[in-house]
Formats: sequence, C-alpha cells, structure tokens
Amino acid sequence: MQFLKKIFEKTEPYVEEGGKYHWLKSVHDGFFTLLFVPPRTSKTGTHIHDYIDLKRVMAIVVVATLPSLLFGMYNVGFQHYKAIGEFASTGFVNIFLYGLIKVLPIVIVSYVVGLGIEFFFAQIRGHEINEGFLVTGMLIPLIMPVETPLWMIALSTAFAVIFGKEVFGGTGMNIWNPALLARAFLFFAYPAHMSGNAVWVALGKNDRAVDTFTGATPMGNAAEGNINFDVSDAFFGLIPGSIGETSTLAILLGAIILIITGVGSWKIILSTFSGGLLMGIILNIFAGSNAYMSVPFWQHLVLGGFAFGAVFMATDPVSGAQTEKGKWIYGFLIGILAILIRVLNPAYPEGMMMAILLINTFAPLIDHYVVKGYIRRRTKRAYFYNKNIQENDL
Amino acid sequence: MSEVIRLRRGLDIKIKGDAENVVDILSPPASVAVKPIDFPGLVPKLDVKPDTVVRTGDALFHDKYHPEVLFTAPVGGRIASVKRGERRRILEVVIETAKNPEEAEFSKADPNTLSGEEIKDQLLKSGLWPLIKRRPYGIVAYPDDKPKGIFVSTFDTSPLAPDYDFIIKKEKKAFQTGIDALAKLTEGTVYLGVKKDSIFSEVKNVRIRHFSGPHPAGNVGVQIHHIRPVFKGDVVWTINVQDVLFIGRLFLNGKLDMSKTIALTGSEIKNSQYYRTVTGAPVSLITDGRLKKADYRQRIISGNVLTGKHVKEQNHTGFYDSQITVIPEGDQYELLGWASPGLYKYSASKTFFSKILPKDEYELNANMHGGERAFVMTDQYKKVVPMDILPVFLLKAILANDIDKMEQLGIYEVIEEDFALCEFVCASKIKVQDILRGGINTMIKELG
Repeated sequence: MQFLKKIFEKTEPYVEEGGKYHWLKSVHDGFFTLLFVPPRTSKTGTHIHDYIDLKRVMAIVVVATLPSLLFGMYNVGFQHYKAIGEFASTGFVNIFLYGLIKVLPIVIVSYVVGLGIEFFFAQIRGHEINEGFLVTGMLIPLIMPVETPLWMIALSTAFAVIFGKEVFGGTGMNIWNPALLARAFLFFAYPAHMSGNAVWVALGKNDRAVDTFTGATPMGNAAEGNINFDVSDAFFGLIPGSIGETSTLAILLGAIILIITGVGSWKIILSTFSGGLLMGIILNIFAGSNAYMSVPFWQHLVLGGFAFGAVFMATDPVSGAQTEKGKWIYGFLIGILAILIRVLNPAYPEGMMMAILLINTFAPLIDHYVVKGYIRRRTKRAYFYNKNIQENDL
Repeated sequence: MSEVIRLRRGLDIKIKGDAENVVDILSPPASVAVKPIDFPGLVPKLDVKPDTVVRTGDALFHDKYHPEVLFTAPVGGRIASVKRGERRRILEVVIETAKNPEEAEFSKADPNTLSGEEIKDQLLKSGLWPLIKRRPYGIVAYPDDKPKGIFVSTFDTSPLAPDYDFIIKKEKKAFQTGIDALAKLTEGTVYLGVKKDSIFSEVKNVRIRHFSGPHPAGNVGVQIHHIRPVFKGDVVWTINVQDVLFIGRLFLNGKLDMSKTIALTGSEIKNSQYYRTVTGAPVSLITDGRLKKADYRQRIISGNVLTGKHVKEQNHTGFYDSQITVIPEGDQYELLGWASPGLYKYSASKTFFSKILPKDEYELNANMHGGERAFVMTDQYKKVVPMDILPVFLLKAILANDIDKMEQLGIYEVIEEDFALCEFVCASKIKVQDILRGGINTMIKELG
C-alpha cells in the first residue's frame, strides 16, 4: 500500500504544470484518487463532511448491475447452446464461460473508449475526472445485443460521452441518459444491424443453428403479432434480448440494492411501473381482437427493456426530474409512453428507450412547473401573513 | 402556548466530545481581540491605533455606513496591534489587557422605565449593538430598522453545542433584564424558542414557542420560519442567549461585562467541559494543556463543526462564539476509502454499514472524503432542511445570479447555518455555505 502511494507521489512532479508528462495529469490524478482518498481537508464552510462521495454512489450502482451482468452472461451462453441444440449436453460452467467470453470484450471496449474520452476532457478542462462514466460504462453493454460488433460499441460510446455528456459540461450537466444515447445512436445510425434477428443470439461462424431457431426476441415476435413467450422464462430471463435486460429477477435484486442504500429513487421506479401497468390496463380494455393489446397488463413489466429502464435508466438523477413531486410525474409518463410505443407503434418493438429519452427532455419542464407551483404557494402565504395576521395574534 | 412544533427533518450528527456540565473559571486573559471579519458585510473604520489606551467599553472601530454602531473593547488595556490582510482589510484589533482596566460608565436603570430610544442609545454607545443581528441576511442590525419581532433561540442543537439551561442557571435576573430591554426596541414581541422542560419557559415579557426535533431545530432561522416567516420587506432581529446576558448586565450594573461561558468540546479534548472567560479571549487560554497528545494534526475551531471558523492557538475566539471544538485534521490518504464497508464511518446516507450497527458517537475529522463535483444526487438537501424551502433550486438560482428567483425561493429566510447540514451531507462536496453567502451579498448589493 505504501509502495503504491510512493509511486504516485514520486510521479506527481512529472505531471504537474511544466512537467514532462503534464498531458497525463488527469490520468495520474484520476487513478491516484481512485486508489487513495486524498488528504484534502475542508478549507471553508463545514469542517466535517459525510463520508459519502460520488465514487461510493457510483460503485453502489455498479454493484446493483452485477446480478444483471452475471445473469446476462449466463443467458448469452444459454441462448447460444439452445440455438445450436447442445444445451442439454453442456455444463453450467461452460455455458457461463461462453457468455463471459462474449460479453467481457464489450464491457472492456465501453470502459476504455468512454474513460479515455473522459480523461481527455478532464485534462483539457483542468478538472478532476468525474465518476459518472463508472456507471454509464457498465450500462451501455447491458443494453446492447450481444452480437453488436465491437467497433459499433466503441463508436456509440464515443458519441454518447462526447455529445451526450461532455458537450453539456460533463457529469451532472447532461440532459439525456448517456447510455441510452449510445443505444439510440446505433438504432438510428445502423438500423439494419440492430433490428432483425441476427444480433440477439451469439452464433459463431461455424455454428449451425437448429431448424426451429429464429433468433427473434419476444418483443420482435410480438411486434409482428406472434405472442409466444413464456412468462416465467421472461421473469427469470432465459429469453433472447439485450445482454442485461432479460432477467426481471436480477433487475429486481438491483432495485432492492438501489432502494435500500437510497441511491436510486424508489419514487421513479414505482411510478414508472405504475404508468406501465396503467397503460397495459387501458390497452387490455380496448384490445378487441388485437393480440398484442391483449397481453395481460402486468406481463409488460417482465418483457423487453422495461424493467431495466425503469430501475437503471430512469433513475439517473441528473437526466431525470429533480423535484420530489416531479419524480412521480416523470416516472409515470415514462411508464405510460413506453408501453404505448411498444404496443401501438410498428416501427419500435421496444418503446422504453424512446420513452425515457423523450421524458428526459421534458424533465426540466416538469421541474419548472413544480417549482412554479411552490413559488405560488409561498407568495400566497406571504400575502396571507401580511394582510391578515396582526402581531398580537401570533 | 403549550403546543410543541415538532420538526421532523434534520440530522443530529453523532460526534464525540460533548461537554460535561462542569465550569472552571479561567484566569483573566493577557489579550482580547475583536475581529471585523466576524461581522459579514461590515466595512470598519478604526477609532484607535496601536498603543492607544482604551477602557472597557471604549470604541475600537465603527461601521463606516452606520457610524453610530460602535464596536468596543470587551476588556480595557493598550492596543497591541491591528492585524491587516489582503488589500489592507482589517482582520483583528488586539488589546493587551490591563490588570485592573478602567471601565467606561453607562447608566444603570430598569429597562422597563426607559424608552426604546434611550435603550438603543446605550446599546450603541457600549458596543453591544452588534450582538443584535437582522434577518434577512444575518448581518448586524441597522439602528433605523423597525423589526416586526425579536427572536431568541434558547437551545443550540449544533453538534456538541453548549447547554444554555446550564449556563444561565445563576443569571436568570440578568437574562430577564436583557429581554426587557430588547422588548422595548420593537413594536412587535420577543419570541423565545425553547425546548422541553427548559427553565427559559419561565421568562416573562415574551412569547414562548416550544420546538422539538433534530438539528437544526435550535437554529433561530428555522424557528422564525415556523413562527412568523420573513418575506420581502420584513425585518426581524435575532440575538444569542449569552449576548442577552451582556445587555442585562449593562442595565443592571451600568458597566460592560462580556464574561462568557465557553464549552471546550470535540474528540481531541481530554475532558470536555465549560470554561468561564470573556468575549474575544485567546484560544490558547482555553485550549492550552487540554488537548490530547497526538501524532497527527488537530484542527481547532472557534464555534461548531458546521459553521465555526478554523483558528490557531495564537488566535482569539469569535465575537458570537460560545464553544471551541477540536477535531483531528484527517489530512491522511486512505486506501480505497470510498469502497470500505465503513462500520466506523458516520454517514447520513444508507451507503455505509455503520447504519446497520450504529454506535452512540463517532470520531469525525476535517477530511473532505471526496472531491468537489457538480450537483448529482437530488434528494439529500431537503431531508436536512426543516423549512418549506427548495434548497437546491435556491442555490442554483444564486449560481445563475437570478435575483428574482432568489427572492421567490426564499433567500430572505436563510443564512449559512440553516444550510450547513446540506453541506455536510452533500456527496458532491459542494460549498453550499459559500454559495449562499455569495447570494446574500448579491442581494445586499443589488437591493440594499
């Protein structure tokens, strides 16, 4: 430990201004503060500070995504072996390892590209590198189909970090959820790659799929009118889909972690689910003969990216509503819109990404009106005091 | 009024080093000092220079814009030095105290027999006027203010704060006299915010309001919000408990007596307890020999850990301060500190294991525990502000220099101590109190 610290301290003069490696200062300081909480003490204001900091908050979010990540890896293997008809003959460890080998490169590319860009911006701005990407870097792989080419992952990550975050001023300043921007970028820039059935299940060049294999996700099928998913499979996650979104169970474990630690807003999660359920009910009522609309309203929660989006994307404190009242409205609108788009819009089999991005845009407006309402209440109270209360009456 | 105003939001920080109810009288200080920087917004004009001899109660400096507001010597003697800082700003006027200082004479009288003007006059001349602060802004009251009320909080809920019930046990008469004097200065009433079973409920000539709840229930600003909030155009006054005693003594004895009981607290103190000395006493008089031996740096604070000023042994205590807190500096590296389970790390959040197995008190140091970042977490501040205010939006309005929004969001109602807990709990380590004072200064500059 002392040894590590000495290395960082010894190299410090080289990265300071005028030093030979000054361009690496943000990288040096970033890793130094990651490994060692710096000995900085309060200079103004409160002398004591809570032990919580953004590194801890982000670390907790990453921990909350681990069930989805680990299950997602297993599921990648599962879908693969099922597709080539060898599931019965493959052991658990091999299934998991297959998934690990497929998913890990995506995670690595996401972090390397994203952090690289963040270090660059931190350097040119002269700030410390911010911890925001620690979470985004994990979320991006989890919302991608497993067969997305690595260069696309890199490109979309770069787009998300530069145009989704840094352009606005970095962590804390972004309007939209950066991970979803990465996904949306691929959705719109490479539609042929990202839709259709080839991306969801991992098949190697020499693998032969069994005859019954289609590679389609339940969402894709439903969009075409085939409602053929098994609800318990959907809940546990053994269906094709983006890497981290399939297992509602794993996502719920993550939600529990986020809510217990107070890091994720339970209001947003609850209101998003409620909005989704309400829309599901409305669709059920007006379903008629439409099969998709007749899907029992609660099953929407276990399908597609709805649960993942509700728990990990909508809860992003920066891009979401920031007033407590606003959070209820924000989550509810996302839930309603996501299911509406998913069922009624033929162009988007999954509506969650678009719903969140759209309501991200309106979050400041929601807050604006909540604050306006608050100000109106204050003004009324002032008026009441000044007109009606005599000093002696108090 | 027997109803209790129960405040639910806030936080009682479980920090080590509370003072025992024991008082020791300290020897008279060799020096005292009055620091213009203790008074936000003050532009001082000196009335003395080094080597001038002053009596107790003689003017040291006055307010440039309100020259009748004098700042006087708590103890008479010879002016030892006038410390200046950047741009010749006066930081401190230090007096080398005389063994038996001459005392300025003031009139001894029952305030109930005097007029408001006479009382005001006496307070201005004696240098006790600056004890009275005005809201909005928390600055020294203007002599031509017409306050709608005067508010005194009789209990301090800040971490390790002194117990005023203990301190004024023997001076109830002086307190009542002080209250009587203050009552004459307003057309409205004097309100006392009291806690349960407090001896302050027996005070006359006031309206009593009972409060309960975690810190900042004892903050006078919070109490004002729940009794009679300050809106645009309103002015109210506030004053601390021991300062009321000074006013009482002035009218009872005709002399300036700024003796004070100060609590020496914090985990770095061998035996936390109270000491009797005078306003502006040297820090070393109180702390010498009483700090634990340590091989790490210790931080001495005049005031409490949330709003106090960092001082060194050679400095003097603050004008308004009734406690000194000493904590470890904490200027050490910690390997992967942010990732540790944190059984011994006190946090207002639920992100450390200390929430699962809580202790009664924790040691807290001056380490920032993280770097300064932008606003990210959204629901931390509101949980510790027991007022109908949106703290983050007010702070953002200040940062955006939006004066209309600042007014609408309640900048008239808060000063730093009301938002200090926000700064404590903030995961982004934002300098909340600095931002707020900046906003207040902007309001003063733009709107007067």
